[in-house]
Amino acid sequence: MAKLTININGKNCRAEEDMTILWAANTLGISIPTLCHEIRLKPFGACRVCVVEVQGESTLMPSCVTKIKDGMVIRTDTERVLNARKAVIELLLSNHPVDCMTCDACGDCRLQDLAHEYGVRESRFFTKPEKGVKDDRNCMIKFDHDKCILCGRCVRICNEVQQDKAIDFIGRGYEMSIGPAFNDSLLDSSCVLCGQCVSACPVGALTEKQAVGKGRDWELKKVQTVCSYCGVGCNLFLNVKDNKVVKTTSQVGTIPNDGNLCIKGRFGNDMIHHKDRLTEPLIKKNGKFEEVTWDEAYSFVADKLKKIKDENGPDSITCVGSSRCTNEENYLIQKFARAVIGTNNVDECART
Amino acid sequence: MSFGSGAMTNSIGEIKNCDVLFIIGSNPTEAHPVIGVEMKKALKKGATFIVADPRKIWFARHADIHLQLNPGTDILLVSAMMNVILSEGLEDKKFIEERTEGFDEVKELVKDITPESVAERVGVDAEDIRKAARIYATTEKAGIFYTLGITEHICGTDNVRTLANLAMITGHMGKPNAGVNPLRGQNNVQGACDMGSDPGKYPGYQPITDQKNREKFEKAWNVKKLPEEAGTMLPKGFDLAVEGKMKAFYIMGQDPMMSEPNIDHIKVALDTAELVVVQDIFMTETAKLADVVLPGTTFAEKDGTFTNSERRVQRVRKAIDPIGNTRPDWKIICELATKIGYPMDFPSPKEVWDEVASVAPNFAGINYGRIEKVGLQWPCTDTEHPGTKFLHAGKFTRGLGKFHALPHREPAELPDNEYPLVLSTGRTLYHYNAATMTRRSEGIVQKSDEAFIEVNKKDADNLGINNDEIIRVITKRGNIKARAIVATKAKEGIVWMPFHFVENSANKLTIQAYDNITMTAEYKVCSVRIEKV
Repeated sequence: MAKLTININGKNCRAEEDMTILWAANTLGISIPTLCHEIRLKPFGACRVCVVEVQGESTLMPSCVTKIKDGMVIRTDTERVLNARKAVIELLLSNHPVDCMTCDACGDCRLQDLAHEYGVRESRFFTKPEKGVKDDRNCMIKFDHDKCILCGRCVRICNEVQQDKAIDFIGRGYEMSIGPAFNDSLLDSSCVLCGQCVSACPVGALTEKQAVGKGRDWELKKVQTVCSYCGVGCNLFLNVKDNKVVKTTSQVGTIPNDGNLCIKGRFGNDMIHHKDRLTEPLIKKNGKFEEVTWDEAYSFVADKLKKIKDENGPDSITCVGSSRCTNEENYLIQKFARAVIGTNNVDECART
Repeated sequence: MSFGSGAMTNSIGEIKNCDVLFIIGSNPTEAHPVIGVEMKKALKKGATFIVADPRKIWFARHADIHLQLNPGTDILLVSAMMNVILSEGLEDKKFIEERTEGFDEVKELVKDITPESVAERVGVDAEDIRKAARIYATTEKAGIFYTLGITEHICGTDNVRTLANLAMITGHMGKPNAGVNPLRGQNNVQGACDMGSDPGKYPGYQPITDQKNREKFEKAWNVKKLPEEAGTMLPKGFDLAVEGKMKAFYIMGQDPMMSEPNIDHIKVALDTAELVVVQDIFMTETAKLADVVLPGTTFAEKDGTFTNSERRVQRVRKAIDPIGNTRPDWKIICELATKIGYPMDFPSPKEVWDEVASVAPNFAGINYGRIEKVGLQWPCTDTEHPGTKFLHAGKFTRGLGKFHALPHREPAELPDNEYPLVLSTGRTLYHYNAATMTRRSEGIVQKSDEAFIEVNKKDADNLGINNDEIIRVITKRGNIKARAIVATKAKEGIVWMPFHFVENSANKLTIQAYDNITMTAEYKVCSVRIEKV
């Protein structure tokens, strides 16, 4: 691809010809704030917070949708640019509750970050009436109308990436919102509850319902691990507070899933803390399970296995590994069968 | 067997750049949703989709060609595609010549299998088969993707090898955005196979029958003599238990009482055995029949690695301490082995992995330090090796790619007057297999919590069955109830249901007929009758 010469903030640099100003600036280490931009999505140019000054253009240009041209002279840091961004943030805040103290996105909110960075405490503009939280009976995704900044990231990820086309913009002007057709519940739409919209939302409009009030961003330890459902092997982050997995999040750029997850990976981990978890070793006595200590359980199993092996030979024992357990555990179970019991009777559930 | 390695030949990241995706016996948007997302990227870019599936799945609805074949006719379909490719001279002669052996037998086999000759049995228009063959053969970046719709047949291995034949005659192997790609089902099914949970193979697919391998492992594990005979596969083990010959089962994290075909038979096996030990996180159907139940932990409570469908070994990290008095499964095995008198004193899974790397050349170059940020794809033979994005570049693992001439074999059970429909079973988006975990997730249960059966509108009309009605599903093995979803998703004559729901378990219906090599059960075809309740 051909390289073009551009000048950003007084520095000459080379960038590839199909790049946008935002893309080129980012590769050169110059940061431009964004709200509606998401790397997984096509540029949209909705929020106007990424505007920059381009020599020869009468208006400020949205850098996320403006392609570079050879010889382009760009400024990302003039007073005009900064004032315009500030005005955009004020306009958004005129339409957005400033209740960060109770918001679940607090600490993980782009609007909050920008307001902080640009020093916008309150909006000069008219504040519209509140619409409140949409009462959807699904128990995974919470949608707060008032916090929605109409950046369209949720709508676009649903349509472009997930292609389920469950939600879209609804209404006009101040009444504009996002949601499924006919204002139905997500449960009655083509939504598959993958939560990709939640992962794309830059503010607190779309959040994980089950995590409401359970911890804010800086309180959560985020542990990168691999999903335990299907064989795609998506990387995900278990968000932990007080030894509890509060929610599951993802991060754009991880291999192999690039921040995408499905319903099971994103919302199916509440089973970790389910009340049905087995918590004590059990031995069946007279047809009923009784709790025993680990030592009792080990002794019982060890004695029985030794007896069966002595009486019937090692090949009368079968060990079964698991496609749900780790490599290390499967390695150990086959080593257990072969080296400890002395049989090659070890298999697993690859067939099912 | 065709190439020498059982895994996705190519990588997930390559999918979006395929120009042709031939998806056969795979429903990615439900069974591998995020691979589905990658395929949707290819769709958005304008890739051509050829989907062979008895059901109108998501990708079938968006496909250029939907080959709505009858279950169990994959070999006929693919052979007919090869017939077209060879008769029209679309094969990659150079690739066949230089990289493969056994081509002539396949050429001979498919010589008379024209699309027209099989169209009726396969249930697909001959012209569509021709079109599909031409598009697949003449596109450079063409990948095959399959899942259990290919393997869960009595001829599952033959199906796979026939797909390998197709990829080889067209030279779609050993290069990016192509290959033959089994999308592996469970999170670590690839890893469990890799690690030697297999009656005939040590970790890294090293045959136990090879004296040298035995000696290596005897030394590594400090045992005098390792058994020389291959062990019994699990389905056979259950048969032996029914006969009183298999006395004990030690089952870690598996629920055969949900996942095996004809579970009434499995119950007899487990009831007859002298000792059944189950290590699991919930009281599964299998655990209920156990003598001893040991509480393991979920993935959130332990360290280790999983290997995904593209052979990538990735770090699993402990996020929380084990709940209650549970212990990580690796620790349970170590402690039990030590109790029996064989000391296993690994301080953590890291040291277990280091032992894996020391005994299995495929993984020799992988260690926890190297996969801290991004996993590595095996083969990775030394610590400088970057991992392997796609297999068989320049040379197959086994040397030359081997063609296998395999004739079509009819399924074990075909419809008759008493059982006139074909039943296929499978997974849905919302649940995972035995659904032990997903049915304990509040949001998922809200979305789906009941057995259902997809019935074609015409079949339903003939029987007076309405949409949403609870009906009875009967096979020679058993009968269950399920809610009928009457639509046109399933092909006429075919019904489909998931096997997640214990109270109406589809595996009460399925047949104990197995692939002759892998002993994979024929979950995709058995004969069934449906009735109003």
